[in-house]
Amino acid sequence: MPDHVHAEGHEDHADLPSDVALRVKSLESLLVDKGLVDRAALDALVDIYEHKVGPRNGARVVARAWVDPAYKGRLLANGTAAIGELGYSGNQGADIRVVENTAKVHNLVVCTLCSCYPWPVLGLPPAWYKSAPYRSRAVIDPRGVLLELGTELPSDIEVRVWDSTAEQRYLVLPERPAGTEHLGEDALAALVTRDAMIGVVKLMPPQKGVRG
Amino acid sequence: MNGIHDMGGMQDMGPIPYAKTEPVFHEVWEGRIYAMSYAVQGTGKLRLGLRPPMEAIPAGEYLRMSYYERWITSITERMVASDLVTRTEIERGQPDKGSVKATFALSPADAVAAQFKIPATRRDLPVAARFQPGQTVRARNINPVTHTRLPRYARGKSGTIERDHGVFVFSDTSVYSRGEKPQHLYSVRFSARELWGDQAAPQDAVYLDMFDDYLEPA
Repeated sequence: MPDHVHAEGHEDHADLPSDVALRVKSLESLLVDKGLVDRAALDALVDIYEHKVGPRNGARVVARAWVDPAYKGRLLANGTAAIGELGYSGNQGADIRVVENTAKVHNLVVCTLCSCYPWPVLGLPPAWYKSAPYRSRAVIDPRGVLLELGTELPSDIEVRVWDSTAEQRYLVLPERPAGTEHLGEDALAALVTRDAMIGVVKLMPPQKGVRG
Repeated sequence: MNGIHDMGGMQDMGPIPYAKTEPVFHEVWEGRIYAMSYAVQGTGKLRLGLRPPMEAIPAGEYLRMSYYERWITSITERMVASDLVTRTEIERGQPDKGSVKATFALSPADAVAAQFKIPATRRDLPVAARFQPGQTVRARNINPVTHTRLPRYARGKSGTIERDHGVFVFSDTSVYSRGEKPQHLYSVRFSARELWGDQAAPQDAVYLDMFDDYLEPA
C-alpha cells in the first residue's frame, strides 16, 4: 500500500491550523475596512454556488441532449452556445466542450495542474476532484481510477482523458441508461449525476438504482 | 514551474478521497475566501493571476494545505503584489495608519453579474495558426520557473492536433500582466502509450489544450 500523503480531502481538517477560520475573518474585516469588498457582495457570491448553480444545470443539459437529437448535435458542435440555450453561462465556462460517451468510448475529465471545472453546468468542484490522488493518477491510470470508484471498463473500450489545464472546460455526456425509453426529460435529468458528467462513474438503469 | 502542483502522472499519492455528496463549502471560511477572491478580482485591480502564487507554495506545504487554504495564500499574495494591501495590514487585520479607503468595492449586484458574465480570454484577432488539424506535433521541452499550462508529463511527447480552438490570450504571460500574446490554442491528442509506455492500453489517449508557443513540428 502506498503511504497516504495528505490529500486535500476535508477529512484532514484536524491537521489544519486551528486559526484558519480566524485568519479568514481577520482578512475579511481588513478588506471591508479598506473599502475593497462589501460584505453583502460576499454573501451574494457564496449564495450563487450554494443555492443557484450546480450539477442540476448539467443534468438538464444531458437530459435535453438525450431527448432532442438536434440539440445534441448543437451541444457536441458548440457546447458553450448550446448550454447557453438553456440559460447557463458564466465564470469558468467561457468555452465548454461536451464529449460523448458511447459503447466504444469513455471520457474522463481532470485538471492535473489545479482545479479547472465547468462551473456554469456543475457548480464548484468537489474536494476529491481537486485532491492530489485524483489529479496525479487520472492521466496515467484512468482505468485504475474508475475501478477504485466502482466501475470496471471493458478492455476494448477507448478511454479518453481530458486534462483541462487551460482555457477549455469539459462536460461528459453520459450514455443514456437502458430501460429509460419511457421517461420524460425531467425524470431523465433526475437520473444524471455530477460524477457521471465528470466521467468517473457510469449511469445505471433506474431499476438497479443510480450510482454516482 | 516544475512544482508539486504539476502532479499529472505521479503515483503513490494514496486513495482518492471520494465522497458521493458533500457540501459546496465544508466550512464557512471556505465560502468567504472564495467570495473575497472573486470580489477583489472583480474590481479589475489585481495584476497577478490566481494560480502563480499557489504554484509558488513549497511542495510540503502545498500537500498539507487544503484547497481553500491555498486560496488564502493566493489572494493575499495577489493583493500585496497589486499594492492593494500591505503585509503589515494582513498581519494586524487593520488598515495601516493613513491608508486611504478604496471606493471601488463591487456591489452585491455587480458581484453576482460578474459571476454570470462569460469571462473573455478568447480574442477575435487574425492571428495565423502554425498548425492544422491532423498534423503531428511535439510538445516543446520547456522548463520555465514561472506559470505554464504545459504539464511536465507531456513535454517532448508527440501528439496529433485534434481541433483548433481559435485565438486565446496566452496565460503564461497574461497571469503576470506581461502582455496577452494572443495565439491559437489546440486540442492535442497524445496516445497513452506515447506518454506512459506499454503499460497503457494501446487505444487510450490523453487530450491536452496546447498554445501555439508550446508546440513544434514533429
